[in-house]
Amino acid sequence: MELVPKIETVGLNLYYGDFLALKGINMKIPGQNITAIVGPSGCGKSTLLRCFNRMNDLIEHTKVEGKIVIDGLNILEPDTDLISLRKKVGMVFQRPNVFDLSIYNNLKFGLRIHRMLDGKDEIIQSIRGGLEQVGLWQELKDKLGNNARTLMLEQQQRLCIARVLILKPDIILLDEPCSALDPIATLRIEELLQALKQEYTLVIVTHNMQQAARASDYTGFMYLGELVEFGQTNQVFTNPKQELTENYISGHFG
Amino acid sequence: MPRRISEYIIESLIKLSGLLVIILVFLLFLFLLKDSLSLFGVYPLGKFLFGRSWLPISEPPRFGVIPLFLGSLYVTVGAIIICVPVGIASAMFIAEVAPKSLKLVLKSLVEILASIPSVVLGFIGIVWLGPALRNVLGLTTGMCGLTGSLLLAFMALPTIITIAEDALVSVPRTYKEAAFGLGATRWQTLWRVILPSASSGIIAGVMLGIGRVIGETMVAMMVTGNSPVIPKSILQPLRTLTATIAGEMGEAVSGSEHYFALFAVGLVLFVITFIINFIADAFLRRARK
Repeated sequence: MELVPKIETVGLNLYYGDFLALKGINMKIPGQNITAIVGPSGCGKSTLLRCFNRMNDLIEHTKVEGKIVIDGLNILEPDTDLISLRKKVGMVFQRPNVFDLSIYNNLKFGLRIHRMLDGKDEIIQSIRGGLEQVGLWQELKDKLGNNARTLMLEQQQRLCIARVLILKPDIILLDEPCSALDPIATLRIEELLQALKQEYTLVIVTHNMQQAARASDYTGFMYLGELVEFGQTNQVFTNPKQELTENYISGHFG
Repeated sequence: MPRRISEYIIESLIKLSGLLVIILVFLLFLFLLKDSLSLFGVYPLGKFLFGRSWLPISEPPRFGVIPLFLGSLYVTVGAIIICVPVGIASAMFIAEVAPKSLKLVLKSLVEILASIPSVVLGFIGIVWLGPALRNVLGLTTGMCGLTGSLLLAFMALPTIITIAEDALVSVPRTYKEAAFGLGATRWQTLWRVILPSASSGIIAGVMLGIGRVIGETMVAMMVTGNSPVIPKSILQPLRTLTATIAGEMGEAVSGSEHYFALFAVGLVLFVITFIINFIADAFLRRARK
């Protein structure tokens, strides 16, 4: 089965100082799907995710080699416009990191920095659209002025997703987005992700194997900085090609 | 058993020192109030609070606090206008922009700045800043409100910078990540995310800085011209509440009307700084939440 990858990495190496954190990653992530990246702590899965929107640039002494091609463009080129890259490739973090601002201003922030502001009505429309997509509009439409940090954690995480969606991204990176949530909230976020994959390419890092199995279409297993196996989730979980993968997903280590 | 006794002793000592501070402040206030009230027995309160001239040794004397209050107000507002933007900008630079090595140097420089005795600043004001301002602005004298404002701004800077920097640094790192992740530049992140989150702490720092400016005496006395008249502008000689007390207490006959009037001025000052500290405290408490 041949598919056009949305994100493709070619011989991707990443160094933190002298430490080689990602070793020759070759990976083709298909569009309009959910791809899970799993592996034990410290295997480099978050590091890999953060390469896709160049968030690793914020950490000193990192060096990246190889290529990451998104829609035919190598985003590791030095002249890449990071601002539009991060608009196109949004990110949701481990802990809901809403700003200490009102719900309204949390959502308006992105619109403002990308100069997507065209009059109050349009802002409200975008904000409404974003909140509807994550199923928060009914709950929050009368409370847009409240501080976002007063919301429940699940609502905060949904708001973080809305904050990304409102910028009309192509790809959404999720770095263990449910690790701060209880099981029910986790399931509801997963449902939301299923709905979103129609329009977006989702890449989710998780340490929760069940989550990867239930929520993703493709799975990559990483170990000690290497991509051990990548394939359709069904196949990786039921019929892994590598012994290491089998040992990990069956709970022998990790 | 001995452990319980030593616990008890330590606990009592701590309780005692805490109580002592409260009692001292309270006594201080009572003392000021008592001596001020002695004035209002012989000099009407309304004429003190709203009187437009301060002529303590004329016959009959007049103790209108308005010129002194305005003197303090002009100098303080001037200092605030100068030190608040500079202080916040410096704090932003130290907290978010400066590389690590520069950060350490700057932080210790700010501490050194805080330790310059005010009389030294006053001296610099008399021999250098005052004459320089007179020449540049074409004033009749350099000993005026602006000179005081500049030096007092300088004195308030360390307080503002230190507290504002603390507030900025304690904004969770995750906010920064979120903002960068959305494609914000460093400046947008700093201005629209980090600064609003730190605002309570920054305001508290500013209020404490202002408290310092209002209470400062030596610089005010040395460089503002010591002229207790209602100032028409900040470029004229004026006199602050603090400088009046410090300057006249030595000449006032103990127990005289003038003597009590100076206590009343002290009471006004006490009330002002109390209000400012109260506001600062309220903001600090909100910042910690």
